Amino acid sequence: MAKKRHEEVVLPEGEFDQEITILIGQLSQEPGSLLRCLQRIQEHFGYVPESGIPVIARLCNVSKAETFGVLTYYSDLVTEPPAQVTVRLCAAEACQAVGSRELESEWESLCAGELVGESVATKEVFCLGNCALGPAAMVNSELLGRATARKIESLVSSIVGGS
Amino acid sequence: MKIFVPRDSAAVSIGADRVAAALQQAHPHAVIVRNGSRGMLWLEPLVEIEVDGIRHAFGSVQPEDVDALNLSGDFASSPSYLGITHELPWLKSQQRWTFERVGIIDPTSSEDFLAHGGLSGLKTAFAIGPEATITQVTESGLRGRGGAGFPTGIKWRTVADAQAAAHSGDPLGSQVHKYVCVNADEGDSGTFADRMLMEGDPFTLLEGMIIAGFAVGADTGYIYIRSEYPAAIYSMQQAIDSARALGWLGQSVLDSDFSFDVHVRVGAGSYVCGEETAMLDSLEGKRGMVRPKPPLPALEGLFGVPTVINNVISIGSVPAILARGAGAYAELGTGRSRGTSVFQLAGNIAQGGIVETGFGITLRELIDGYGASTLSGRPVRAVQVGGPLGSYLNEAELDTPADYESLLEIGGMLGHGGIVVFDDTVDMSRQAKFAMEFCAEESCGKCTPCRIGSTRGVEVIDLIINGHDKAGNIELLEDLCEVMRDGSLCAMGGLTPLPVLSALHKFESDFEPAGKERA
Repeated sequence: MAKKRHEEVVLPEGEFDQEITILIGQLSQEPGSLLRCLQRIQEHFGYVPESGIPVIARLCNVSKAETFGVLTYYSDLVTEPPAQVTVRLCAAEACQAVGSRELESEWESLCAGELVGESVATKEVFCLGNCALGPAAMVNSELLGRATARKIESLVSSIVGGS
Repeated sequence: MKIFVPRDSAAVSIGADRVAAALQQAHPHAVIVRNGSRGMLWLEPLVEIEVDGIRHAFGSVQPEDVDALNLSGDFASSPSYLGITHELPWLKSQQRWTFERVGIIDPTSSEDFLAHGGLSGLKTAFAIGPEATITQVTESGLRGRGGAGFPTGIKWRTVADAQAAAHSGDPLGSQVHKYVCVNADEGDSGTFADRMLMEGDPFTLLEGMIIAGFAVGADTGYIYIRSEYPAAIYSMQQAIDSARALGWLGQSVLDSDFSFDVHVRVGAGSYVCGEETAMLDSLEGKRGMVRPKPPLPALEGLFGVPTVINNVISIGSVPAILARGAGAYAELGTGRSRGTSVFQLAGNIAQGGIVETGFGITLRELIDGYGASTLSGRPVRAVQVGGPLGSYLNEAELDTPADYESLLEIGGMLGHGGIVVFDDTVDMSRQAKFAMEFCAEESCGKCTPCRIGSTRGVEVIDLIINGHDKAGNIELLEDLCEVMRDGSLCAMGGLTPLPVLSALHKFESDFEPAGKERA
């Protein structure tokens, strides 16, 4: 059953193989560039399609297992298309001290009932570096200080409404 | 007329961009400079107006206030007027070395940087040579500002003495060389000094890196910045591009025969990558897992070659030390903690921000003095110094001087200088449990005490809080903490017991089921 050592392993072509090859073809030749390749793919697609793992592994000259390992180790990297808006709520100590837990439950109850809820994903993060003006939140790439559920909602609505 | 509106992320998070736009609209002929933040974050957006070379500050300006700002000289009539910026006692009483230009210059302008003394540290280094540069850094007493407190000069000496190496996995191929890596993975809650330096004075960090490279004989530098800091990533990248164009980086730095280049690398949301060896793995494109030491990164670091790894603040302090004198720097501080520390006041604090001053100032002076106590107006109950792995201190411990040794003596640690204040509504059993949850979430998984111990810790604390065999489970928790402390590979598992046990021992009433009623 075992494959002969020299037999070329032909991997099935994934849907995104061509695009991925164009994206990281050159970068992948640099040693130690696997993480950067994954980041570049995510920047392009919004996520890293799992079907791309074989081609990424082949280009970076690492195993599929290692590619999968790196992809799933880092919390920034995702394998599913993201929601239109990602709300990151800081859940670390400095923000806890000024009510981040209360903000989180308030925001969740606000999300539960409303239409915007579907295009919004909420993610807990540890520290956004705005610890003197907490609670901190990040809506897509926009940082909010002294965040309230209403402030987050109005920013989310402007993004959802503006598209 | 020049108007300054900070571009710092914290200022922007409460409306600085909108204020800048409103000001430009109201005063189309004014020059609007987007500076870094002065560090008085509770007064952001802090607008400054320069008249005859003197800058006047207006605090907490919102777009709708712009029309009411009287810019024609009678500043005192504006309710938001604070006074002449550099005369404000909060700033005037500080000793700014590392942050000397932050908030003052336009961080995108190399001319502004030069006009305010930029590159004079590097020029000194070039004049005195690598050996004397390392001696200066050693004599300044500078120690690692990331938390470990290791003497920077000794680290540099080790790398300088190490044989340059080549490694097959290195992107630079068979080149025999060394690296300088800056750790900008500032993940500790309550810390933001690295971010503010990178956003507010990025050229200083580059200058420090070039000096480090020159001193140890490295040719390439990396800055590993966490992805949560998009503005810092952008700012550093812009500064690198300008520095290359100006000949400060690349072949023959400042027309010398020294070559050095710097690259930005972006993290991917892993806290443990702030641990230096995990950062190296991440820079090599792998899972960011901790490496056993030895070998020391100074001897076998990035891609196996000798590597200097310094925190942003450590390396960002070097230019000022060389420019203004190692002796003058070493005169500040106390005991074995020499020079200044960039303290960050965070959490439930009325006047949060950056206080750079000599080591040895007490926590109370920082919190009650500069910080004006809690934001909520309630009494301070607990303070966490040094990030999520730092001890919780109680009110009585606030007279402790803020320096490396004094905090160690009371079972705490200074860490990266972040100070997080909690008022009397805090439930310390919840904070203890969070410390274990955080460790479980962020553990790299390489060593068992950290990987398994943290999850077990959460369970045991739950049992204690629910009043299930309290005495027995406290004993179990203490035992577990001992195993984590002594058996973990790095500070993640090794120091998580600090917040857990300090909360348990100093705030024991919070661990009573009845204690839940207290708050």
